[in-house]
Amino acid sequence: MNAQDWLIRILFILVIPFVGIFFGLLYKGFDRKITAMMQSRIGPPLRQPFRDIRKLFMKENIVPDHAVEWIFHASPIFALLAPLVALVYLPIGPFEPLMEGFGDLILILYLLAIPAVAMAIGGLASGSPYATVGAQRELVLMMSYEFPLAIAAVTIAWKFESFSLAAISSTSVWSLVGPLGALGLLLITLGLFAVLPGELSKAPFDQAEAETELAGGLFVEYSGRNLGVFYLSEAVKMVVVGALLIALLFPQNISQWYSFGGPHVAGFALFNLAADVLFFLLKLLIIIFLGVSVVRVALARFQIDKASYFYWVPMTLLGLLGTVLVVLEGAI
Amino acid sequence: MKLTKTFDKALWVFHVNSGSCNGCDIEIVAALTPRYDVERFGIKLVGSPRHADVLLFTGPVTRKMKDRVLRVIEQTPDPKVVMVVGNCGSTTGVFYDSYAIDGPIDTLLPEGTPIVYVTGCPTRPENLINGVKEAWLFLEKLRGDDK
Repeated sequence: MNAQDWLIRILFILVIPFVGIFFGLLYKGFDRKITAMMQSRIGPPLRQPFRDIRKLFMKENIVPDHAVEWIFHASPIFALLAPLVALVYLPIGPFEPLMEGFGDLILILYLLAIPAVAMAIGGLASGSPYATVGAQRELVLMMSYEFPLAIAAVTIAWKFESFSLAAISSTSVWSLVGPLGALGLLLITLGLFAVLPGELSKAPFDQAEAETELAGGLFVEYSGRNLGVFYLSEAVKMVVVGALLIALLFPQNISQWYSFGGPHVAGFALFNLAADVLFFLLKLLIIIFLGVSVVRVALARFQIDKASYFYWVPMTLLGLLGTVLVVLEGAI
Repeated sequence: MKLTKTFDKALWVFHVNSGSCNGCDIEIVAALTPRYDVERFGIKLVGSPRHADVLLFTGPVTRKMKDRVLRVIEQTPDPKVVMVVGNCGSTTGVFYDSYAIDGPIDTLLPEGTPIVYVTGCPTRPENLINGVKEAWLFLEKLRGDDK
């Protein structure tokens, strides 16, 4: 790789956090609006999350007396940085991962675990009993949903014999399997969609924040800028998890399905690129709609033991069954 | 701390029951339901005073609640607005001159805290929304927009 490539790469790496934050907040707005519409409300405008962020950054930043100050300030930053870093290793629409060859699926899974841990550490450091209970719940939940997530990731990587996300997203995994394997993949898809609300701490898996029982849980002592950074982290995580799901299961680009004009027409490549990016954003919206908004409206919060059970037993079994089906088909 | 107009459109509300009969509290919840849907103005009920911009107090302040009310006000980050919902909180209402009451709330607040009154016994959700409008006007005055 020559110097010019590296320069372009570095330029993109500097830009992509802002893109991630922008679309994260936009999708948060979509989520709130769609949720409101499903509850036959009008709902806040799409730009509401941007307003919330501006307001939060304007407010006083209180550090409680009992808090460990530096951890209290550091944990929101880690919670935001981890998903931003993950964006660099993820294929976005028609583009390959920016740092292809330097990190793969396993790195993404670890980066996705960091925000939850950072939130738990921040909650424990804030010295409030409510936050402590929230932190414990967050860790229990994390230990529960990581296993089905890992099963799904490993199965798909096994099919490709590679953990590289560029390889995984270059071909659709559905085209590599027969009917039996497709059934297995369907089960794995279900498992991944079940992990989505847990990963994003949305109802029915928002036990760690639980406004009604824990008064905000992990975030109970956070205010102003720190709370705003957590808010951003949540938004970016939504994009990252969505993009991961797309890369694993639905990496198709729209430009492979139409062929008007042909590649000889000037500007066609640019048009294809734009269409692919828009298609990616649409896929992200559909995933967030199905995996977050619908589930959030349909279900109320589970008790923490039931949420943990849900991931450990039914979802793990579902994932393992899917893996067995995919592997069996390969063996026959 | 500089106030901008964004602040008005993203008011997060924390609700404190300072000895109310639960009448106003139910009306606050009613304002969040599909019929009135205050979330369309960006208003959200939050669970912790640390997240709040507006403190909703319902009820005359009973003796036991006085210290808690003051503490919740201290816990809320600036800039903040206090909104008193119902006749009890505004004037102590039917509990006027009671030995068990330390209210009304405006006699307890620290000097210079912005305060908005929403009257009624209980108040109506429409009146609450009107109260939010008054809070906006108040914030505009604080910013000095109305010259």
